[in-house]
Amino acid sequence: MERTDPEPLVTCRDVTKVYGTGNAQVEALRGINLNIYGGELTMLVGPSGCGKTTLLSVLAGILLPTAGHVIALQTNLTHMASWRRTAFRRINVGFVFQQFNLLPTLTAAENVAVPLVIQGQSKRKGVAVAKTLLDKMGMSDRVNNLPGKLSGGQQQRVAIARALVHRPHLVVCDEPTSALDAHTGHTIMELLRTNAIEGDRAVMIVTHDPRIFEFADSMARMDDGRILSVERRDGNVDQQYVAPAIAG
Amino acid sequence: MNWIALKMLTGNQGKYLGIILGIAFASLLIAQQASIFCGLMRQTCGQIRDIQGADMWVMDANVQFVDDVKPLSDTDLYRVRGVPGVSWAVRLYKGLARSRLADGNFQQTIVLGLDDATLVGAPPRMVLGNLFDLRKPDAVIMDLEGYKLLWPGEEPRVGRRFEMNDHEAEIVGICKASRTFQTFPVVYTRYTQALDFVPNERKVLSFILANATPGANVDEVCRRIETQTGLRAVTGEQFGWITMDYFLRKTGIPFNFGVTVALGFIVGTAIAAQTFYLFTIENIKQYGALKAMGAGNLSLLSMIVVQAMLVSVIGFSLGIGVAAWFGNMATAPSSRLAFYMPWPVFIGTGLAVIVISVLSSLLSLRRVITLEPAVVFQG
Repeated sequence: MERTDPEPLVTCRDVTKVYGTGNAQVEALRGINLNIYGGELTMLVGPSGCGKTTLLSVLAGILLPTAGHVIALQTNLTHMASWRRTAFRRINVGFVFQQFNLLPTLTAAENVAVPLVIQGQSKRKGVAVAKTLLDKMGMSDRVNNLPGKLSGGQQQRVAIARALVHRPHLVVCDEPTSALDAHTGHTIMELLRTNAIEGDRAVMIVTHDPRIFEFADSMARMDDGRILSVERRDGNVDQQYVAPAIAG
Repeated sequence: MNWIALKMLTGNQGKYLGIILGIAFASLLIAQQASIFCGLMRQTCGQIRDIQGADMWVMDANVQFVDDVKPLSDTDLYRVRGVPGVSWAVRLYKGLARSRLADGNFQQTIVLGLDDATLVGAPPRMVLGNLFDLRKPDAVIMDLEGYKLLWPGEEPRVGRRFEMNDHEAEIVGICKASRTFQTFPVVYTRYTQALDFVPNERKVLSFILANATPGANVDEVCRRIETQTGLRAVTGEQFGWITMDYFLRKTGIPFNFGVTVALGFIVGTAIAAQTFYLFTIENIKQYGALKAMGAGNLSLLSMIVVQAMLVSVIGFSLGIGVAAWFGNMATAPSSRLAFYMPWPVFIGTGLAVIVISVLSSLLSLRRVITLEPAVVFQG
């Protein structure tokens, strides 16, 4: 059944990504077609090495596809110069990493302020905004702590705040719960749904943690560089993926 | 972004100190060795600097440095006096005598014989006694360092007698004199008195000290002296450079010090570059995350430059500070070490540190520029 939703926030068309050359060539993505919609949490799931993270990198404008197009916010990322993609990410993309990747010598508030500082805001203003957001996420008593003094769950909260502080249109999360226990992972996902989902913002999560599948609005299943299916929360399956998956 | 760079750097105290110490070590070694070299070179022409009041030094045309005395005949003095533009010219004796101490030991001593009438070339700084007591029989003025060398641990005093080449001399004054390259005691006396102390020779006039008439061009007068007498005539400053040039060309001193300075530079660069690179590699995921979040290459380069500048300034300050402290000890009255840190050494060391930090950060810069932000998604 075809969707009749509004314009997607991000669209992939026939995206292929090849690493290496000659005999060492690896085809990580094989003709990916995918739409990501605002106000939704989309999960990319599949076994290790199926190309989830590569697709996430392409969608976020970090990697260029070998062939095909990625159109995000009406902008074709594949035709952009590297520095323009960097500027695009600076404004429009928030990141949550598997290992949090917080700067260990910066306090929680300073870490959250980093995207604002990258955009050119002063440290003072950035930290003030960061503290407000951390307060909203129940971290008001930890704003001046270094990451080393925070638990895994607290660090991931800081990472989520960092991904949201500059109000991006696309938030990409790479295995956000894999370093956390089940309870903390659940809490983090609730936090993400509560704070990140907005009408003009899409959240994309790469995971193979089945415990958090319930939080997805739509779930794209991948294997061997292809999308096998895209299932929606209401149980509908996007038919356009069925045929190639069977054919493959 | 700069505050992030500084926090990243200072937060890793081990690496931070390692880089600073590498640069400090390099700047210490460079500044200290260069200053010792300058000090030694300065000592070679210390006696020239101490002879004040004369515009020109006149000598045999083959003299290569201040200790390379080739005696002139007395008539040369009159020929120099006859050159137009020469206001006055006087004799200067310079030679070595063997001093005999009360305990029977001997010590080579530099004897400077000053013109009897004018005492031109007399020591500028008297510590004890009166310069004009040189007119007394057997009178000599000895430099303070020489006195301490001959009579260690004893308070300097005038009236002390000792023998030079079996002739009795009486110390009528103690003066300050620049340290000499050979570190021998320096004894000032009258020209005629000096001839009593040294072996009899047919020609004993070592140098002629001369002044140009007021308003005359000294270089032009030197040229005239050379043309008319066949002797060599130079200013005191020129003679100093001629002397230093001789030591630079004819001895291994510059090479030896050059090797140490180069080693300091190489070792300092190696330590600083390696530690700085390791620091960058250790933070590569952080740089990758910053890049993914939209930090441009220019911002990241500026972060690395700020980090390099901070460690360079601190390392340089520490290194130059320790070198200056060493210099302070080396130039203490009790020390006989050579040390002189002119401003070019300071500037040169600073430039070397800049080169070290540039070389050190180049590797890191390259690593960060070529870094794919996708690295943050690698587990």
